[in-house]
Amino acid sequence: MDAKFFTAWIEETARVIAANRDHLTRLDAAIGDADHGTNLDRGFAAVREALAARPAGTPGDVLTLTGTTLIRKVGGASGPLYGTAFRQMGTALNAAAQPAPPPADAPPPGNAGAVPPAGDAGTTTAPGAEGVTAPAGGGEVTLSELAAAFEAALAGVRRLGGAAEGDKTMVDALAPATRALAVAANGGMKPEEALDAALAAAEEGAQATIPLQARKGRASYLGERSIGHKDPGAASTALIFAALRAVAAG
Amino acid sequence: MTIPEKQVGIVLVSHSEALAREAAAMAVQIAGPHVHVAPAGGTDDGGCGTSADKVAAAIEQVDQGIGVVLIPDLGSSVLTARLFEQPDSIVIADVPFVEGAISAAVLAGTGATLATVLIAAQEAREYRKL
Repeated sequence: MDAKFFTAWIEETARVIAANRDHLTRLDAAIGDADHGTNLDRGFAAVREALAARPAGTPGDVLTLTGTTLIRKVGGASGPLYGTAFRQMGTALNAAAQPAPPPADAPPPGNAGAVPPAGDAGTTTAPGAEGVTAPAGGGEVTLSELAAAFEAALAGVRRLGGAAEGDKTMVDALAPATRALAVAANGGMKPEEALDAALAAAEEGAQATIPLQARKGRASYLGERSIGHKDPGAASTALIFAALRAVAAG
Repeated sequence: MTIPEKQVGIVLVSHSEALAREAAAMAVQIAGPHVHVAPAGGTDDGGCGTSADKVAAAIEQVDQGIGVVLIPDLGSSVLTARLFEQPDSIVIADVPFVEGAISAAVLAGTGATLATVLIAAQEAREYRKL
């Protein structure tokens, strides 16, 4: 899996989110503020433009740019959350591509837009350091590295939002999918099979949010009335895994 | 009173551009025109939501080098504010939006340290109206 693969994943995600924009917004209308589909679609459309304008060098760069753009363009809670997820993945992949400790480069001046560094809540990296930039061409990501990157994403989302599994959030899809991917990678599965397993776990996790009572976000104000609806964030997380599986299938 | 040379800055992060702006105006009214309070409300296109770029600009506007307190309203404002946390320099006050803004601004206007301003903001949680 190289930078081209990760760019294709993000582009496929943008397409799938656009195709499901109204569905996600309807889910959000039931228990949230009816903007999840619109917000994510706007965010990923901006990501598409950003990737086209600045073709990124490494897989990690692709995901870091994706995350930064989502943070800047989404406006709702999904911006910081998905933005952090992708930035953590980007940082993890670039670090994996460059095993030696990164030199303490001076941060580039004028951090465009001054979006905060990729470290999130509590974990701070130098301003301007868009993760760790791997050497140009530092390129093939293994399944184990991808699984570790998802673990970093999950940890980042948990730290930022404070959600645990069962709170009826995106974590309910992201956590089981991340576990399934790690198990598959350790078991030596082929990427397609591993991503099948991750997608199945994400979809099951999203489906399993229906009977849950929300404990985070606007839906939590509804108390018991949040029961009986699928969480929109878990649903969009499953779509992101569907895009990943689709791209791996070629 | 003499105006302290440096003050802690305060950024009010809200889903609503108008709410952030007016809360900031009210805090300045009460704390004095010398305080450094900046609003960061609404999305870049003026809609309901949070803008990381607006928060970044507001921090830069009020930062005098001795710390900035971010006061978010709820939801994505909190998540966006958390992205900017820096130990001992940019901190979030987990407080009621209006009351927290005012008590933080009043203390910041005295030239108090970041820790003191943060404690003052947090005391706003306990203020009873009746």
